[in-house]
Amino acid sequence: MSATAETPPRATTIADDGDVLASPRRLVDVVLRARTFGIVAILGLFVLGTWLSQPSFLSGSNIRFILGDTAIYALVAIGETFVVLTRNVDLSVGSVVGLSAYVSANQFQAHPGIPIVLVFLVGLGIGLGCGAITGLITAIGRVPSLVVTLAMLYIIRGVDTIIVGPGQVVANALPNSFINIFQDTVLGIPDLAWAVAIVVGVAAYYLRSYRSGRDLYAIGSDPAAARLAGIPIGKRVFFAFVLSGALAGIGGVIWATQYNTIDATAATGLELQIIAAVVVGGVAIFGGSGSVVGAALGALLLQTINVALNVLGVPSLWTEPIAGFLLLVAISMDRGIQLRLAAALRKRRAHLGA
Amino acid sequence: MLTGASKAFAGVHALQDVSLELYPGEAHAIVGENGAGKSTLIKILAGVHQPDSGRLTIDGETVFLSGPADASQRGISVIYQEPTLFPDLSVAENVFIGRQPLRSGHRIDHQQMDVEVGDVFERLGVKMDPERIARGLSIAEQQLVEIAKALTRQARVLIMDEPTAALSPVEARRLFRVVETLRAQGAAVVFISHRLEEVFAICQRVTVLRDGRLITSAPLGGLTETDLIRAMVGRDVLSEAHEQHAPGKTVLEVKRLTREGVFRDVSFEVRSGEVVALAGLVGSGRTEVARAIFGVDRYDAGEVAVDGRPLKKGSPNAAMDAGIGLVPEDRRQQGLVMEMSIARNISLGSMAALRRAGLIRAARERAFSTDWAKRLQVKYSKLSSPVSTLSGGNQQKVVLAKWLARRPALLIVDEPTRGIDIGTKTEVHRLISQLARDGVAVLVISSELPEVLTVADRVLVMREGRLAATLAREEATEEAIIAAGTATLAAPVAKENATRAGQP
Amino acid sequence: MPDRLKPILRWESALVLAIVAVFLLGTGISPQFTSSYNLFTLCTNLGDLALMALPTTLIIIVGEIDLSIASILAVSSELLGSLWMHHWAMPLIIVVCLAVGALAGLINGLLVTKAGLPSLAVTIGTLTLYRGIASLILGATSVSNFPTSYTNVGTNGFLGISSISWSVAVFIVLAIGTGLMLRMTRLGRSLYAIGLNQEAAFHAGIRVKRIKLGLFVLSGVVCAAVGILYTFELSSAAENIGIGFELQVITIVLLGGVSIFGGTGTILGVALAAFVYAGLRSALLLTSSFNENDFQVVSGGLLILSVLVPNIALFTTRGRELLARRRGKGTLRTTSSAAGGALQDG
Repeated sequence: MSATAETPPRATTIADDGDVLASPRRLVDVVLRARTFGIVAILGLFVLGTWLSQPSFLSGSNIRFILGDTAIYALVAIGETFVVLTRNVDLSVGSVVGLSAYVSANQFQAHPGIPIVLVFLVGLGIGLGCGAITGLITAIGRVPSLVVTLAMLYIIRGVDTIIVGPGQVVANALPNSFINIFQDTVLGIPDLAWAVAIVVGVAAYYLRSYRSGRDLYAIGSDPAAARLAGIPIGKRVFFAFVLSGALAGIGGVIWATQYNTIDATAATGLELQIIAAVVVGGVAIFGGSGSVVGAALGALLLQTINVALNVLGVPSLWTEPIAGFLLLVAISMDRGIQLRLAAALRKRRAHLGA
Repeated sequence: MLTGASKAFAGVHALQDVSLELYPGEAHAIVGENGAGKSTLIKILAGVHQPDSGRLTIDGETVFLSGPADASQRGISVIYQEPTLFPDLSVAENVFIGRQPLRSGHRIDHQQMDVEVGDVFERLGVKMDPERIARGLSIAEQQLVEIAKALTRQARVLIMDEPTAALSPVEARRLFRVVETLRAQGAAVVFISHRLEEVFAICQRVTVLRDGRLITSAPLGGLTETDLIRAMVGRDVLSEAHEQHAPGKTVLEVKRLTREGVFRDVSFEVRSGEVVALAGLVGSGRTEVARAIFGVDRYDAGEVAVDGRPLKKGSPNAAMDAGIGLVPEDRRQQGLVMEMSIARNISLGSMAALRRAGLIRAARERAFSTDWAKRLQVKYSKLSSPVSTLSGGNQQKVVLAKWLARRPALLIVDEPTRGIDIGTKTEVHRLISQLARDGVAVLVISSELPEVLTVADRVLVMREGRLAATLAREEATEEAIIAAGTATLAAPVAKENATRAGQP
Repeated sequence: MPDRLKPILRWESALVLAIVAVFLLGTGISPQFTSSYNLFTLCTNLGDLALMALPTTLIIIVGEIDLSIASILAVSSELLGSLWMHHWAMPLIIVVCLAVGALAGLINGLLVTKAGLPSLAVTIGTLTLYRGIASLILGATSVSNFPTSYTNVGTNGFLGISSISWSVAVFIVLAIGTGLMLRMTRLGRSLYAIGLNQEAAFHAGIRVKRIKLGLFVLSGVVCAAVGILYTFELSSAAENIGIGFELQVITIVLLGGVSIFGGTGTILGVALAAFVYAGLRSALLLTSSFNENDFQVVSGGLLILSVLVPNIALFTTRGRELLARRRGKGTLRTTSSAAGGALQDG
């Protein structure tokens, strides 16, 4: 190659940390933080708007109800987040919650006087079992999780229906200690909400500070590169599904404490709301980015909207379509942000003459 | 002091009895045509494949690699042509994925990670923010991250597969400086390249493979480029100069084409029977202009006209109807459907023409594809095999066949011989000349200056999104092209004046 | 392309064997299996699902997915009931329902093509959205007073043949047409090309976005049409109609040998799979203790099997490789396709 004149110094710099907007890392960070902040902002606006037209909205009992309800969704959403991060999806969580709710609550009917802890363990066990099966088929069988979990959704629901038959668990079969287990509040916020908040915190910390947690992001970001890098994809994905199942299992027991009457249709369609929460919360549907905090906030937003609509007199049949609509809005927005970000990064690079 | 690796093995079709010795502190080039066995050799070193026979030894000890991860653990790192980083993770995390430094309780020590990555970059003489997300990094930057990864793994053997294929000369020079640093630190660098000038510039020894066998492995000092080519091809290959003929009418007219942030005010013509080359650094906007003309990308301002008629923008269909064909830069992703048969890939552009009463009969398609495969001398075993089974050179011929079967008035060829062996390269150049003789207007985009000089009647040089110079065949020398492509701040005014004067 | 057909033919031959097996199972369980009444019921079930499977197959071949098919069916059905309740003329109602189906498909298609969103996420959203809208139309009411001239499709056989339903007959005709289209037309080849490599297809002048949009609209129209058909067959429009249909349709499509990743599959396979599926369902339901819900479990199992089985071949090769490696020998087969793709050949 023939020699040429020395190129101008700026051509050798790769990332200019000077300009805040020019630095891609800062730009991306700003955008990501804005996303999470955006959910909080929308939440705030919604609450404000509803309160202005119906001051009773912000009553103590409403707030407790919202937080309590959100808690279950947020808990299951944590597990779903782990799965979605790896570029998979778990559509079976609703069925797992339903099955767990019935079987665990039914223990009181089947074995009166059973300690509550055991009932929780039963629920957990059911969740673990379902998650393990799903995880095995997905990880070892290398089957697309969409297909597996869609099938499991129906299989588990079918099994649930077979077990329940025409029966149901009625409220007065459950001991009061069970029903009221989460009714206490600390600082006005229900126990349950605190507990779930702690779980969210633990999960978030794990995802940030442990190698296996970061592996999940890597797997979702580029599965081929993850394999090349020697990350044990099968193990990690299996673990994600087991966790999702376990949290859904526990969620089922909590469901029983909140709803008391459980038949074969309990928690039908829950998975769609969970996925909506997760996506609204900023977890990329193709994995690789997002946080459990975002997912929990997404759950909070959706539940708040539910209750708000109720308070405003909108019939509950609207819940479903609104959740679906919000999901579409969320992914459209994310896509828009993604495109704009890519364009900005491109322009910046062109400007530097890379 | 230590031997890198030595092995001899026989493989099925791919490698036979090939041995390689690597010494620390040495840059060792591996050259050979496509199909010679280079990538198989690399895959064995990288732990992707196991040899059928032969041994791999490191420091005299026989070693068995169970997979790519095992290989990197033992100090063998590979930098692939297209580095795969995790776009959503930071640079530091990419470097340390799976082995992040830990503090108490098995928790990741983010600070330590950043510090170590910062150190490595300093050692390499590169400025990059470790916390930056990997998304958006250029290929050159991604390669540097991969090199940093290798260094943090105490890599003893660093294999680079065609590393400069996607780099500008500036970035390539930086890469070579990095290679020097690596050598100074005692690593053995394996350098695979088709660019013989680079091989001579930075390597000390070379291994030549042909048809899966080892031809020669020797210090570069005593060899010339001709020697290497002869060893690679088995015969002397002369690049034939292209004969010019009087060009006909204007087929393509591009007027002040602009796309924000990518290219600006690009204007030129291509006439039938002439071969116009679009030269310039990687990133100067040449491919983008071609894509904008063909309609795969959009543009913001300006006009494209074919045969005097304005061409609808953003529609490959309109371009194809107007008689334009585009042989894209990325063969695997854009030029071919890899899992589809050779026959179908060839006929993919001519489906409308193959119809009779709306239906395409298999026999007719087979005849069509066989005919065109023959014309371009594609070497295949069965037309129904997936095109992925062909070598790079033959794959490129399939792409060309697909477009030539449409008898285009204008053919745009982006990097016609990237990743192709020398024998096929000459065939492709000959083909381009033949096309011009037949009256086709040809626009060639190329980063290989010898190629540009061989095929072009006129050379357009782009720099940073603008057309910087137009050079007639007589004025086109490597120096002139490079100068136009990288004009310094010192003489921009003069260059601009010259360019303006030279614009049609 | 005889080479490419070999694995497909293997799958379809297996399906033919499965049909025979199901037939034997059915007649073994009960002589009622071949009664014209039973066959007719089988056909109505088969026809509805299979009709929906046709556009779904095309969508999966191009590498997308439409999970909202059952919800569009529901919207169409409820709209039919509601408009009938308001005394609209039936022909007009049918046109409106089809138009609404097209609109629903258009929304899906635009979100996927224009907005560039992943079809999985989009159709999960519209699945919820449309199902919700459907339940809003009629609420808890159900409508069942449709004129017999229409509901006859649910009772009378096709052209008087009592064991074949109209839906199956229509399906067979459309299946033949679709199959021919896939194999022998430019559009058909374009679909396979898009599924295998969308970018390359685009670079070859194939109008990817337009085709995908068209497929989603087609899916919407067909599902709306099946919604109308199904409502007449049931003689009733009520909430929760068609729940779970998307699972059954996708099961049939995947069982038919269509790859969920796109680019491969035949209509013949899907048609055969539909017969296997409906036959199995009919046979099992004839068993006294087996009910609809139990079949849902079987359905799920079939779906998993249909994607697992092709991978078993992959399995045993990987298993053998791993064993061989452990014993210290090696094979020169690619273990990591990622690295294989990353390195250019040479």
